[in-house]
Amino acid sequence: MLQSKSFLKRTKKGNAIKVVQEHYLRDDIWCSVECCKLCVQTGPVLSTSAMLTAQIPRPHYIVPDTNVFMNQIDIIEHPALHDVIIMQTVYEEIRHLSLPIYNRLRALINDQKKRFYVFSNEHHRETYIQRLKDESPNDRNDRAIRSAVKWYSTHLKKITNKENHIEVVLLTDDVGNRTKAQEEGLSAFSVREYVEGMTDTPELVDILGNSSNVEGDKKVPYEEHLTSSQITNGIKNGTLHQGTLNISMHNYLEAYTQIMILGRPCLNRAIQGDVVAVQLLPKSEWLRTPTAVVVEEDLKEDGEPKEQNDELENEVIESSQPTGKIVGIIKRNWRPYCGFISKKSVKSSATSTFSENVLVVPMDRRIPYIYIRTRQAQNLMGQRILVSIDAWPKNSTYPQGHYVRALGAAGDKSTETEVLLLEHDVPFQEFASQVLNGLPVEGEAWRVTEEHLSGRADLRHLNICSIDPPGCTDIDDALHVRPLPNGNYEVGVHIADVTHFVKPFTALDEEAANRGTTVYLVNKRIDMLPELLGSNLCSLRCNVDRLAFSCIWELTSDAEIVNVNFTKSVISSKASLTYEEAQILIDDTRKQDDLTKGIRILNQLAKKLHKKRIDRGAITLASPEVRFQLDFDSQDPVDVEMKELRETNALVEEFMLLANISVAEKIYSKFPASSLLRRHPPPTSTKLEELSNAIKPFNFSIEFETSRALAESLDRAVLPDDPYFNKLLRILTTRCMMQAVYFCSGTLQFQDFRHYGLAAGIYTHFTSPIRRYSDVIVHRLLHAAINPDKNYGQELVDINKMQKLSDVLNHRHRMAQLASRSSVELHTNIFFKGKIEHNEGYVTRVLKNGFIVLVPKYLFL
Amino acid sequence: MCIITVLLILISLMDGRRANELRKIKCKPSVLSQADGSAYIEQGNTKCLAAVYGPRETRQKAQLIHNKANINVEISLAPFSMPQERKKRSKSDRRLLEIASAVKQTFEPIIMTNLFARSQIDIYLQILQFDGGTIQICINAATLALIDAGIPMQEYVCACSAGCHENHTLLDLNNAEEMADTPELTVALLPMSGKLTLLQMDSRLHVDKLEPVMNLAALGCKEIYQTLDETVREYVKDLFQKSSPY
Repeated sequence: MLQSKSFLKRTKKGNAIKVVQEHYLRDDIWCSVECCKLCVQTGPVLSTSAMLTAQIPRPHYIVPDTNVFMNQIDIIEHPALHDVIIMQTVYEEIRHLSLPIYNRLRALINDQKKRFYVFSNEHHRETYIQRLKDESPNDRNDRAIRSAVKWYSTHLKKITNKENHIEVVLLTDDVGNRTKAQEEGLSAFSVREYVEGMTDTPELVDILGNSSNVEGDKKVPYEEHLTSSQITNGIKNGTLHQGTLNISMHNYLEAYTQIMILGRPCLNRAIQGDVVAVQLLPKSEWLRTPTAVVVEEDLKEDGEPKEQNDELENEVIESSQPTGKIVGIIKRNWRPYCGFISKKSVKSSATSTFSENVLVVPMDRRIPYIYIRTRQAQNLMGQRILVSIDAWPKNSTYPQGHYVRALGAAGDKSTETEVLLLEHDVPFQEFASQVLNGLPVEGEAWRVTEEHLSGRADLRHLNICSIDPPGCTDIDDALHVRPLPNGNYEVGVHIADVTHFVKPFTALDEEAANRGTTVYLVNKRIDMLPELLGSNLCSLRCNVDRLAFSCIWELTSDAEIVNVNFTKSVISSKASLTYEEAQILIDDTRKQDDLTKGIRILNQLAKKLHKKRIDRGAITLASPEVRFQLDFDSQDPVDVEMKELRETNALVEEFMLLANISVAEKIYSKFPASSLLRRHPPPTSTKLEELSNAIKPFNFSIEFETSRALAESLDRAVLPDDPYFNKLLRILTTRCMMQAVYFCSGTLQFQDFRHYGLAAGIYTHFTSPIRRYSDVIVHRLLHAAINPDKNYGQELVDINKMQKLSDVLNHRHRMAQLASRSSVELHTNIFFKGKIEHNEGYVTRVLKNGFIVLVPKYLFL
Repeated sequence: MCIITVLLILISLMDGRRANELRKIKCKPSVLSQADGSAYIEQGNTKCLAAVYGPRETRQKAQLIHNKANINVEISLAPFSMPQERKKRSKSDRRLLEIASAVKQTFEPIIMTNLFARSQIDIYLQILQFDGGTIQICINAATLALIDAGIPMQEYVCACSAGCHENHTLLDLNNAEEMADTPELTVALLPMSGKLTLLQMDSRLHVDKLEPVMNLAALGCKEIYQTLDETVREYVKDLFQKSSPY
C-alpha cells in the first residue's frame, strides 16, 4: 500500500521547499518476539523472559516515548532495564533532536544483552496513522506510538496464552498522553512511577532526571532566553553573534566567544562548550576585569552562595574590549560531569534517608555548581560522583541535575584517574566482545604463513632493528640501512601493518576510530587497539616474522632522496633496542657487527637530515616532559625526573618525519581531494607579541613572520649567566603555538597545508598506526595509492566523511594530551602531598591576585 | 539524508522499501491519440510521458540514412517537474542531451531500422515529475510507446538502476537516495535473451562491487519486464475485444 508523504522543509539558504516522498506501508514487519508463531522471524530480539517488577508482576515489554529517552537516558542505559521496544517514530525524533543521545541509543540497540528492538511502526500497515486536521506533529507522534502499542498488545494476546501472557507498558512523562493511553485500555506509567516500582534497584530513583518540580532560589533572576526563530533572525540581521562559549580557566565568571562576557547575569545560564547567541552591550558598558584568579566560590555556612558579583563589578575598569551578554542558547553541549558533594550544602543527619537537595561541585572549574536531589547524601560525602545536568530554570542560580553513579573515594588514585578520563571524554571501557571477535582466531599463536607473502616483499633477510623507549610493548616502527654498490644507501622504515588486521566497517575498526588514539597516563595506558594486536601481533618484536608496511628510500651520502618506494612486506626484526642501548652501541667502538654499523650510518644520515630541516626553518621547541619513578607496590610516585633526550631519539624522529613527508606526497598525488594530512598553522601574532614585549628588557625580540625567523630569533636569545633562560623561552613559545591539526586535503588550498613547526610543505601521520587512528587511514590511503587494483570503498574518497573523521581525531588527540597532562599534574600533587621543598622558579605571568611560577625541576606551575 | 540507519532495521527509512524492492510501477499505453504510439509510466514519484511518431519521411535531408531509419530522441523536463527549482530547462541542456543520446544508442540496435530505409522515427519523452532514475524511466516509457506504435523490435528493452551504499546494494534509487552520494548504475537489458544494451554510471564504484550491483539491477529489469509485458497483453486483449465484431 502506498501513501504519499509531503512536508515543507527549510533549506540552508533559508528558503522553504516542499518535499514529496513516497511512503510504503507493509505487511511484513515482524514483532520480533521470541515465541511468536505468526511472524516470520529472522533472529528475534525480544525475549520471553521480559521485565518483571514489584509493581507489574507480569512479564512485559517497555515502550518509552521520545522525551523519556531525551531526559532519562541514564535510566534506560541501566542494566536493570531490558526488553525495550523502540518505535520508529521515537527513533527518528531522537535522531533529529540530539545526536549524542541518538548515538547512545544506537549503542544500546547494538548491545545484545539489553534486547532493544526498533519496530518500524511508520511503515506497518496496521499501525500507521495520518495526521488529523489541526493536530500538532507532536500529538500525531504520540498517537502513532499509542497505536503501535495497541497493535503490540493485541498481537501479544494472539500469540501467547493465559499462563505466559506478555504485556506492553508505555512509559511517558506526558500526563495527557498517559490518560489517553489509559482510556484506550493500555497500561501507561510515568518513569518515576515505574522506577519506584522496581524495588530491587532502589538506586535508580536517584538517577531520575529532575527537570521538573524544583523551585529555584531566586537569588540571580536570569533573563528569559530568546526563541530559536528570534535567534536565527537576530544572527541573520547582525544584531546577535553566534559562538561557542569558552570560560576562562582562571575565572569562571569570565568567558569568551569572540566577545567577552562577564558575570553571572550576562552568562545567563550558559555552560562551557554551549553554542550561544550573544548580544553586544552598548559601548559605555564595555568592561574589563583585571585578570584575577577566582577559582573557589565561597559558600556561606547555610550552603547558599555568597553575593559576590557586586564587589567584582566595583573593580572593573573601562576598556575597549567588546563586551556582550548571552541572550539565547543555540545548542547545549552538556555531558556528564564529575564532582563531589559540597559538605556545607548537606543539612540532613547521618541516619536520615529522606531525599534532599545538595550542591555538587564539579571538578572542572569552568562548570557551575549543580543541584541534585539524593537520598544518599551522607554516603556520597567524600566520594567522587558523576552527575548529569537536566535543566537550568531561569529562577535558579545553579542548574538542576541528577546523580548518575559514584566513582569512588576522593583522593584515591584509581578514582581520580577515572575522573580525569571521564572529564576528558576518553573512552576507556574494556573492549566489547563484538570488537574482540574481530581479532584473528589463532590468538597468540598467529604466525606469518606462506599465504601472507603474496603481494608482499620478503624483507626477512635484512638487518632490521627497532629503537624505542624502555618498556615499550607497542613497537610500531623499525629501521634498516644497507650500502648500495653505487655508494648510496638504501634506508627502510618499516611500520606495523595494522590495516591487515583492522579492516574497514568492522566493529574493531569502528571502535578504533572512536578511540582515535592511545592515551598515555603516568600509571596506565588506554589502548586504541586490543592488547593482542597492539602489543603482540602488530608490534614489530625482534626475531619473529611480522607484517609491515615499508617505506624504502635510496639516499645519497648527503641524505638527498634519489627515489622512494612503498611496499607491504614481511620483516623479522633482529633487535629491539632502547634509546640508551642504541646510544651505547653507537659509542662503543669495539662493536663492529653489521647491525651496529647500520645504526652508525643511520645516525650520520639523521644528523644531515636534521641539519637540512633546521636550514629550511624548522623550530626546535622545548616541551620537556617529566617522568615519575613509581613505587612498585603502591604505584605512588617516589621521585620525579626529566625525560632524557639522546641522539638516538633524534635519529628515530628524523626518519619518521622523512617517512611521513614522503607518504604525504604520495597519497596526495593519488587522492588530491580526500587525503588525511596534518598541518600546523602559523602562530597568531597577539600572544607572541606579548612574549616579545616581556623579553624586551633583555634586549631580545621574537620575530615570527616565518618559522625560520622565529627559529633564528630564539637561537639569539641566550643569556650567558642563566642557561635556563633560553629553554624557558622555548617552553613559553611552545605554549603560544597553534595546535597542529588533521584535515582533509580537499577542504583547503595547497598553500595552507604547511606544517609551520617542521617547516614542511605537506605532512601526515604514517608511523604509529598502533596508537593513532589517523595513521590507520593513511595506511589505507597509501595502500590504495600504490596498488591500482586494490579494493577500497567509498570511505577513502568521501571528502565530507574524511573531514568529519579528522575533526573527531583532532578532538580525541587534544583530549588525550590534556588527559595525560592532568595525569602528570595529579601525580605531581600526590608527590608533593605533605612535602616541603625549596627550589628555584621563574615567574611567568602576573595576575591581579596571584602569579604563575614555573619550577624547572618539576615543570610545576 | 541518512540511509545508513536503514540497514539497522532492514527497511529503507526513506520510504519503507527494502533494499531489493522496486518502487511502485504504473503504466498505460496509448494515451495520446495523435501520436503513432504513446505511453505513460510512473515509477514511484517519477512520471514520464512518451510519444512516438514514425516511421515517417525524414524532415531534414542531412539526417537521411539510405539503408535504414534514423532514430531521433528528444527529452524535455517539464518546468514543474521538480518542486525545488522552477526554472525552465532548454532542450539543449547538456544533461538532457546526454540522456537522449543514451536512449538513442539503446534503441538503435533493437529497432529493426533496416526495414524502413530513408525514414525517421521520432521518440519524444517528457518528464512530468522528477524523483530520480531519469534514464531508466525514459527507456521503459520509450519501449512501451514503440510497442504501441507497432514498430518492429527484436524484443523489449527494460532499464533499471541500482546503487551501492556502504557495502549494501540498493535497487531503484529515488532522488533523495541519489543525492546521498550513492554511486548509481543504470542497466538496460533485453530481458528475454539477457543481452545488455546500456550500462551507465557517472560516479566511482569499485570493480568488486560492480557485479553485485549489476546483478541486482538486472533482476530489477526482469521485474519491470514482467509488469510491462502484463500491461501490453492486457491492452491487446482489450483492443481485441473492442474490435471483435461479436
